[in-house]
Amino acid sequence: MSRRIRNFLLLAPAGAWFLVMLVLPLAVVIIFSFGERGPAGGYVPAFTLAQYANLPARWAAFRNTMMLAPTGTVAALVIAYPLAYFLAVRVSARWKMTLLVLVIVPFWTSILIRSYAWIFLLGGRGIPALLDLIGISDLRLINTPFAVLVGIVYGYLPLMVFPIYVSLDRLDKRLLEAAADLGARPWAAFVQITLPMSIPGIATGCMLVFILLMGEYLIPALLGGGKVFFVGNALVDLFLQSRNWAFGSAVAATLVIVMLVTVSIYMRLMARLGNGRDDVSLM
Amino acid sequence: MTKDIDYISKQKFMEELYRYKKGSVTRRHFLNVTGLGTASAVLGAAVPLLRAGPAFAGDIGDRVVLATWPNYHDPANFDAFTELTGAAVQVNVFGSNEEMLAKLQAGATGWDVFVPTNYTITTYVGEDLIEPLDTALLPNYDPTAYNPRFAEAGSVDGKLYAVPKDWGTTGYVVNTDHTGGVVMDSWKQFWDMARAEFSGRGMVHDYQLTTIGNALKYFGYSFNSVDTTELADAEKLLIDVKPHLFAISSDYQPSMRSGDAWMSMAWTGDGKQLNTDMPEIVYVLGKEGGEIWSDYYAVPKGAPHREAAYALINFLLDPAVNAKEVLFHGYPTADAHTNALLPESLLNDPILYPAEELLSPLEFGAAVTLTDPNRAELMARFKSA
Repeated sequence: MSRRIRNFLLLAPAGAWFLVMLVLPLAVVIIFSFGERGPAGGYVPAFTLAQYANLPARWAAFRNTMMLAPTGTVAALVIAYPLAYFLAVRVSARWKMTLLVLVIVPFWTSILIRSYAWIFLLGGRGIPALLDLIGISDLRLINTPFAVLVGIVYGYLPLMVFPIYVSLDRLDKRLLEAAADLGARPWAAFVQITLPMSIPGIATGCMLVFILLMGEYLIPALLGGGKVFFVGNALVDLFLQSRNWAFGSAVAATLVIVMLVTVSIYMRLMARLGNGRDDVSLM
Repeated sequence: MTKDIDYISKQKFMEELYRYKKGSVTRRHFLNVTGLGTASAVLGAAVPLLRAGPAFAGDIGDRVVLATWPNYHDPANFDAFTELTGAAVQVNVFGSNEEMLAKLQAGATGWDVFVPTNYTITTYVGEDLIEPLDTALLPNYDPTAYNPRFAEAGSVDGKLYAVPKDWGTTGYVVNTDHTGGVVMDSWKQFWDMARAEFSGRGMVHDYQLTTIGNALKYFGYSFNSVDTTELADAEKLLIDVKPHLFAISSDYQPSMRSGDAWMSMAWTGDGKQLNTDMPEIVYVLGKEGGEIWSDYYAVPKGAPHREAAYALINFLLDPAVNAKEVLFHGYPTADAHTNALLPESLLNDPILYPAEELLSPLEFGAAVTLTDPNRAELMARFKSA
């Protein structure tokens, strides 16, 4: 068997998968986005830019998404980093595995079920009832943007913890010893060595969480009480409720473009930071 | 109702309703937001058959696929059907008429029977998605037994496309512990209370048909209005009320039960269940009017198990079977034969069978109300505001 045929056969399953599950659906979305809605909904072939011209009608949904996705990513990072640091650097080898498994355990249950648990926790008989006991009364948590943020950080935290953990775990401890020998205080060593070395983990974690948040739909629908409206929610309504497939396709295509642009800017930024890291690690 | 038929006691009825209530965690909204609407459950034959049925002679295949609403059938009836015919009933549960329509428009659903609401039927006929029913295959269908009000939407241009299942109303539930003795009886009160005394406690459906329709009633406009100036008034009201709402969700039972919400738009069955468990929660029909609806059985074009589809519809129309259905789901039926088998307490229930003066101003949803693009966009602006 020639090398060419072998390579072809090895790549064929993945290629076929991407063609059927990614390229073709994306092509359908793009074609639909230039069409029109039928009188009873659905899609009528046409060539018009009307759907794209109508995009401002979903500006609020895009704005909400573009606010929440970075906020949620940063919140997840701030909470995940110390945890990952603790797991990678501080915890003894004996406990490491157990604690890592505990981080994954929530993934064994569907995010849907866990979000329902949050509905109860944040509802009037949950945390607000406890706070009422210590004198903080009439606190409304459920169906607020805060509840959505809590749900999102909770749901995506492991995706942030693991990449950072991996990059910190690989950190050569001798570099920190060397820094100490040369008179660096622990904080200086962290800022100049540990943090830069973990940037690839931070970059990966942020990217994973950010991309998922851009398309997030379930958590706002459940914990936002339908009042917190993202592009994901707009898309579901457009396809399943008003059945405006043409406009829905234009919104979906725009979301993909917005994500491509944001992610490529982000990657370039990270690459630049990564170069900085090389300089630092030579120190 | 004849006196000698003591089909079921009051107490038994309440037990049945309670059973229904317990099964009610999964509601329309849940299905909507999770996409679990397409989740299927194959109900096998387990319960022995109690009664012999007519007209199911011959082989109809080993299964029939039914697309319907949550908690809308007694599973024991499906078991009985399987026992009788050998066809297992596979149930697909849906969250909204729009979702059903979207699936049928996309094609190849594999459904044999589905349960559309009155205002969708002309659209299904116009889109050539359902077939005219062959009444010869439905011996249990007796058109004279139905109140025409709840049966007429099944016929389009004189052809029968759908036979009636159950009907109901869209009103609102309110927790009278918080009303301070004020008697609620109008949509005007609903919307005014929602942005005043009940700020942070009111809920509206995540459903343009009812939420916009009932906002239109505030001004005395038609529930079905697609007039742009009238819709603009409704939009102003909705945007004004939105910051005061507890939620925009069709899953209102949990919030009403927990006390987080004090008032919510509601359908008959939910109103009945809440009132049964918590008598302080009452079900109100706005005196200005609002929605009355009727669900139907229909057969999609190209149903893969057509014979079994007719057999299933015919079986469910059997008054004895239908009475069990009603006792299970708590929605009224328009079939006189079935009502004759139901307990007096149910037929006199003011939530299930409201007084005529409350019923007469109610409107059936119109096809254009469902498909009007302006109403859909209004709802999107309301939700994203």
